[in-house]
Amino acid sequence: MLAPGGPRNHRVDHLLIAEMVKGGSRVLDVGCGDGALLQLLADTKDVDGRGIEVSRERVNACVARGLSVIQGDADRDLSDYPDDAFDYAILSLTIQATRQPRAVLEHLLRIGRYAIVSFPNFGHWQVRSRLLFTGRMPVTENLPDAWYASPNAHLCTIKDFADLCKLLDARVERAVAFNVSGQKLGTWLPLTVHNLMGEKAVFMLTRK
Amino acid sequence: MNTATTRDFLAADARTLEVNRPSSASLDVRTPLKLDSGRTLNSYRIAYQTYGTLNADKSNAILVTHALTGDQYAASHHPVTGKPGWWETLVGPGKPIDTERFFIICPNVLGGCMGSTGPASLNPETSKPWGLDFPVITVGDMVDAQIPLIDHFGIDQLFCAIGGSMGGMQVLAWAARHKERLFSAVPVATAAWHSSQNIAFHEVGRQAVMADPDWAQGRYLELGKEPRNGLAVARMAAHITYLSEEALQRKFGRNLQDLAAKSFSFNADFQVESYLRHQGSTFVDRFDANSYLYITRAIDYFDLRAEYGDVLANAFKDTRTRFCVVSFTSDWLYPTRESREIVQALNAVAANVSFVEIESDKGHDAFLLEEPEMFATISGFLNAGAAKRGLKAARS
Repeated sequence: MLAPGGPRNHRVDHLLIAEMVKGGSRVLDVGCGDGALLQLLADTKDVDGRGIEVSRERVNACVARGLSVIQGDADRDLSDYPDDAFDYAILSLTIQATRQPRAVLEHLLRIGRYAIVSFPNFGHWQVRSRLLFTGRMPVTENLPDAWYASPNAHLCTIKDFADLCKLLDARVERAVAFNVSGQKLGTWLPLTVHNLMGEKAVFMLTRK
Repeated sequence: MNTATTRDFLAADARTLEVNRPSSASLDVRTPLKLDSGRTLNSYRIAYQTYGTLNADKSNAILVTHALTGDQYAASHHPVTGKPGWWETLVGPGKPIDTERFFIICPNVLGGCMGSTGPASLNPETSKPWGLDFPVITVGDMVDAQIPLIDHFGIDQLFCAIGGSMGGMQVLAWAARHKERLFSAVPVATAAWHSSQNIAFHEVGRQAVMADPDWAQGRYLELGKEPRNGLAVARMAAHITYLSEEALQRKFGRNLQDLAAKSFSFNADFQVESYLRHQGSTFVDRFDANSYLYITRAIDYFDLRAEYGDVLANAFKDTRTRFCVVSFTSDWLYPTRESREIVQALNAVAANVSFVEIESDKGHDAFLLEEPEMFATISGFLNAGAAKRGLKAARS
């Protein structure tokens, strides 16, 4: 059951993640923000969901609406969790804001049987063209902040992320890129096209 | 007899009556209680208050556990002081701990002085007050002593145990010792072990009591005396730890009390002095000095890590309890990092845990005060748990 207004109220990457997650599973949402994904998963998939969020205000708002969320930090707190504690460890649009993306991804793969990561694609044509033609750090709808105000410390392209998965010996179970209109790019298209046309991407990974 | 002594006498009388004949309900337990010290308490009494109604399948019970100087009067007037309940902001009809939906049980702890068996109670073997013959107890003992009360109501599993400070320690001990009987737990402004600094403050308080000649080696009740001065000083020192520098400065600054200028004496010139003296003197009207010694000792001994092989996570192994840990930014008695340690241990066993730190400048005492963010957190957590357990939803 979706919130009034239907699926259009939800972020496209959230809807895709909700499609990937099996009903009744255990889910950890790292960087859960206002809890929108956890709420969506609770409402539609009856998951046993937990969240970690760095902002105290957002944590308190999440708990006040009945979600199980702790104040914490992906870089510092993931080491607390045991191996295979969750069916899915999710990091949605957060990896680029971590201090050590590699360590964070390793923890996700260790904690969850599946790791699901979504991120803004720095290889998108709009980003490339802003940098090429203006000579300045791109500011787009997906990357709205000026370089000095941005929480993003480690931006990457879809190709970069795929390389990291290879480096960590993670199996890519599924990879989906969305264009600016929020439509999925065809899986038959080559990686180079995804990297150029995809505004954000969602990867579902497992340990080999 | 001057007025001060008359007042002391009357207050002491009202209080002494509560020790052996509490105004609240009480349960006499005849099953011996094996204490952590190795000693056994053959029989004891637990005085308690309840609010709300237990539902037919007995699934809506919330245990409210009190702090060091608290008692069972969480949401009703105190029989000695006449003051409102200590958690009336939180417990009541339509409040976060909603008496229209939940059945609330608040017991006076073992070792207390408001009707549960403690050092001021009569020792059945001697018919004299226990005094220092009362066994040293632990927070775990307090919790074990509450089990017969839960059984008495026929409750298999509490919907929730909630409490702040030492109340939070009881919640943690419940979660560790009786995990299958606890659906959810809210430890507020607390820690899994009492720090060296906190033990140090307690020791100052105990020494103040014991240095008072009227303490008489703990036999003051038999001798018709009372270590009022010692206990008042203990309370004054402790009270400072419940506040924050910022709150004290804001409330009192360097303001003088009813004076145009300094008196160049040792009278209570400053408002903060007069406030503390008032806290000290009103406290002795309602509390027993030996109880204060025993309960502070129980808190000092609290170390859930040590009880579980020096690994806190072991205390929560295989837990199915849902947790909501709450701390306050300006609480330096049980700082946020100590709550975070509890959260880390719970994460290590992949427990269902929420953790919020509430922004407040009111220090440790914030948990007893009007804190809308804490109220929203606790309501949200309880409502989500109630929905999972199939309990009645809140009035909208």
